[in-house]
Amino acid sequence: MATAVVNEIAAARGAMTPLPYRVVRKQRENHDNWTLVLEPVDEAIEPIAPGQFTMLYVFGVGEVPISTSGDLEREGDALVHTIRAVGAVTNALCASDPGDVVGVRGPFGNTWPIAEAHGRDLVVVGGGVGLPPLRPIVYDALRHRDEFERIVVLYGGRSPDDLLFTKELAAWGKQVDVDVTVDAAGKEWDGKVGVVTKLIPPAPFDPETAVCYVVGPEIMMRFTARALIDRGVAPERVWVSMERTMRCGVGLCGHCQLGPTLICRDGPVYRWDELAPLLEVPEL
Amino acid sequence: MSSMRTLDELIVESPVFAGLGQEELELVAGCGKNIAMDAGERLFREGDDANTFFLVRAGLVSLETYVPNRGQVTVVTCGPGEIVGWSWLVPPNKWRLSARVVESVRAVEFDGACLRRKCEEIPELGYVLLSRFAGDLADHLTAAYMQVLDVYGDGSR
Repeated sequence: MATAVVNEIAAARGAMTPLPYRVVRKQRENHDNWTLVLEPVDEAIEPIAPGQFTMLYVFGVGEVPISTSGDLEREGDALVHTIRAVGAVTNALCASDPGDVVGVRGPFGNTWPIAEAHGRDLVVVGGGVGLPPLRPIVYDALRHRDEFERIVVLYGGRSPDDLLFTKELAAWGKQVDVDVTVDAAGKEWDGKVGVVTKLIPPAPFDPETAVCYVVGPEIMMRFTARALIDRGVAPERVWVSMERTMRCGVGLCGHCQLGPTLICRDGPVYRWDELAPLLEVPEL
Repeated sequence: MSSMRTLDELIVESPVFAGLGQEELELVAGCGKNIAMDAGERLFREGDDANTFFLVRAGLVSLETYVPNRGQVTVVTCGPGEIVGWSWLVPPNKWRLSARVVESVRAVEFDGACLRRKCEEIPELGYVLLSRFAGDLADHLTAAYMQVLDVYGDGSR
């Protein structure tokens, strides 16, 4: 028992050491989101899987958890992260240029159970900057198209200017069902206006079998899960990805505790029927 | 008679009318007619008398209001299966918003005055329809809560 604890601490200590990665590409997605492609300067972290996140460290500024948003079968050792510039660290990350070096720890957390959707309809619902963590699922599903029945991508944003990956959504729309809405828009927008949950009732999937993956602000996920369940999807076939203040990434510091669970270690991906009772406790 | 049947079949596909009895469906369908409108056309204008409502079968309708310095602002869009318009049901029966066709629309247009008369004559029908529209309104209200919460924003709005 003592040996196991020592080994766990040693492994955690290793996980606490950032590895240097170089920014090799930078893509502006909208007014406050950038996608960075990072390659290892020397040693690479273990391969990252859909749903997992890394801790990105801007030397002298700080560290933030960011989910992978890339096409994982294509990127090799490279890491793809789409980042919204909202705080000191994310602003510094988004201000970095090709050639700059950042620290990377991870990968951390569990993965999307994509195999659960094999042979069934796959439904992806993203809200705002919740689309990037779902993008690896879509890449995977498109690459292994025969594994799934219908593939449905539903995306809601704050306004047309806030939407991410618009060209990619249009390209996906030629292969699978994609529907997009915004909460507010001016005259220049000729698409849908309304919250993302409005896309659920008419979406072409079979609620009896569909497996749904949802990412967005916590309140958006609550409303979305409710709308999916109202449509007839069983709660145990709704999966969400949670975000709290992840710090250590290995379940030691407790910053991301949500009741009995540590999101960095046990999540960030949770089955809705298991997570929902925790979200109903305001103190958590 | 055959066109009446067709209209019954069309409207029962909408969540608002799904599950209604055949007699109720026929009463409702008796106040409806099929219409088609092109992009840019107006279904109704804010402030005008509200004596109709629409069940969208295809296309997209924008509900809008005029905001000074911003022009016409879309509050929400409605697509296939959705009802556009509830002011016909609630006094003073004036449109609260304007409605414009964004993508060519096929819809069933209902004569609200006709349906109001039937509801007054047959309270059971009135109760059922009011319950259905209340559910639809509750969905709109929930969606409006989400919009007001500005869930994707940084709290600055």
